[in-house]
Amino acid sequence: MDRVLFGDNQFFGVNHMSEDKARAQAMRFQDLQAIIDVLDAAYGEGIRTFMCTSHDRVAEICDYFRSHPEKYPDYQFYPCMPYAHKYANAVTEHGMFEALRMFLPKEGAIAAMLKGGVALASKDIEVIMHLLIDAEMKMFHGLRTPVVFMQNVITDLLLGLRMNDCLRIFHDHVRDKYGAEPGYITMNLPRLLDALDAVGIENPIVCANINKIGFRMCGGTRAYEEAIAQRRFRAVAMSILASGAIAPREAIEYVCAQPRIESLVFGASSRANIRQTKALIDEMTA
Amino acid sequence: MVGMGKMGLSHLSIARAHPSIDLVAGCDASAYLTDILEKHAGLKCYASLEPMLDSEQLDAIIIATPSSLHGAMVQKALDRGLHVFCEKPFVLDVEEGERLVASALSRRRVTQVGYHFRFVGAFKEAARIVRSGALGTVHHVRAEAYGPVVLRRKTSTWRSAKAEGGGALYDYACHAVDLVNFVVGAPTSVDGVVRNSVFSRDVDDEVYGTMRFAGGASGQLCVNWSDESFRKMSTKISVWGTNGRLTADRQECQVYLREPHEGPPRIDKGWTVRYTTDLSDEVWFYLRGEEYSAQIDYFASSIQEGRIDGENSFASALQADRVVAMLVDQEGVPAVAPAAEKSRKGLWSRIAG
Repeated sequence: MDRVLFGDNQFFGVNHMSEDKARAQAMRFQDLQAIIDVLDAAYGEGIRTFMCTSHDRVAEICDYFRSHPEKYPDYQFYPCMPYAHKYANAVTEHGMFEALRMFLPKEGAIAAMLKGGVALASKDIEVIMHLLIDAEMKMFHGLRTPVVFMQNVITDLLLGLRMNDCLRIFHDHVRDKYGAEPGYITMNLPRLLDALDAVGIENPIVCANINKIGFRMCGGTRAYEEAIAQRRFRAVAMSILASGAIAPREAIEYVCAQPRIESLVFGASSRANIRQTKALIDEMTA
Repeated sequence: MVGMGKMGLSHLSIARAHPSIDLVAGCDASAYLTDILEKHAGLKCYASLEPMLDSEQLDAIIIATPSSLHGAMVQKALDRGLHVFCEKPFVLDVEEGERLVASALSRRRVTQVGYHFRFVGAFKEAARIVRSGALGTVHHVRAEAYGPVVLRRKTSTWRSAKAEGGGALYDYACHAVDLVNFVVGAPTSVDGVVRNSVFSRDVDDEVYGTMRFAGGASGQLCVNWSDESFRKMSTKISVWGTNGRLTADRQECQVYLREPHEGPPRIDKGWTVRYTTDLSDEVWFYLRGEEYSAQIDYFASSIQEGRIDGENSFASALQADRVVAMLVDQEGVPAVAPAAEKSRKGLWSRIAG
């Protein structure tokens, strides 16, 4: 993985500090070109990995990159699936199984089975997970996706439910079908590492909040620092600026001082912020 | 754990991750779901409540079934001596709610309803500031909730069925109402109520109304769950007083004061903004917002400490049910200004009377 990855929250109205700011960003980025301009700015600073959710609008971004391969010869995507509100809103509106049906292929044995109201047999959850992953991966076809992440709301839901074998199903399918390395986003790093250990996943890629103020680092800053120092996993630090609550230099100094963090992901909307953040990471990494 | 739909699964995940909760069994009418949970989560499951209550040795229960089932299930659980956490809205019938409050009190059981906004840092801060008197005499409050739930004509879940407690009134408005009750206290009456369908066939998609408070203050309720411009549910409360104004949502709490207030909390003149990054207390396990974890942790600690009058008790949630009942009663009745005393004495008088 590259040292610096580019995130997508700013494009889709996600801001952990202000709904007004989130809305202003959603307005600014409703035009695809505005998003591409920012991705270009990041690419110009040497950031060639876009870590993004499977939001409907990412499909448009994918179309653009597919049609301009010459401009971005080494560009790659790290899909993070799924964009959970897509599912959550559908479940509220349609109910859990109707929503599931909507996201699965309309033909085939599973669709028929769900339609018939047949109870799911033990093997079927694996089949359903495969189909859901494939549905999310569709928008990325033809693009380089060397790492595929499970979004934190799903990772942590499964973690709490103790459905560790589903973490394994994701792992195996991403490797077998896409030849990619599976990754997990979580807000509960120490606990997740235990769960991945339990299902025999070695040296996993795990993306978690790692920031100086301990924002959404469940288990506590100390447990995180110990895990980073002592456990065998490939750490990707996100929310390094804690949505702007920490000044950039101080924030990046803290993350870069942790041993063995492989990558840092951040999102920004202006060339100046991208340049500054990238330069700080380069400086502290050197 | 009874009822393992969207909220239920979230509670189940959080409760199973809690160090002092041993979640022994789940119950849901859907065989799809219980099959999966038995096989992949190792959770013992039941298809209905009674056999579970008969077979298991339980201390407490979390109920997250459709609203119309709450009352009977809560009563059964209380009859067995269980502490009860119930999803919101509490019950749809105020008299039934009163019986359950009395029943829990006589058994000294811990009760809690899932009004999770009371566990959001920014809303807690808003309530603290209003209670401190920083805003002076409060004269108006506005509670808003918007989101993208029903965006098309066809829906088919219990949330779209009136008799089962569906509609924006029970799903969204009760949150906004409870937030009003939390931050400034419950209104004594409502009028000018509008409940309209935007897309739904049987239920309201938008709810508006005017709230009247004992001391003469007024309020507005604005709820619409057919607003696609919001990515997810967005709830906001604004409070105006003689010394300034406050607005809080899940992310931030903004205050404008004309004159500084000694507090606590001490607040300077002009704008003061505090963000979720600074207002959120750390939780042991995060799934989808600190507040969802915090409320389950609070329930567990209430049981351990024997706290039967804590935040979001049945009695507290019943206040929201009462306001919801008023909204139903007053729908279509023309607004008439009530003959409330227009007193301006004291900081709290217009809210508290």
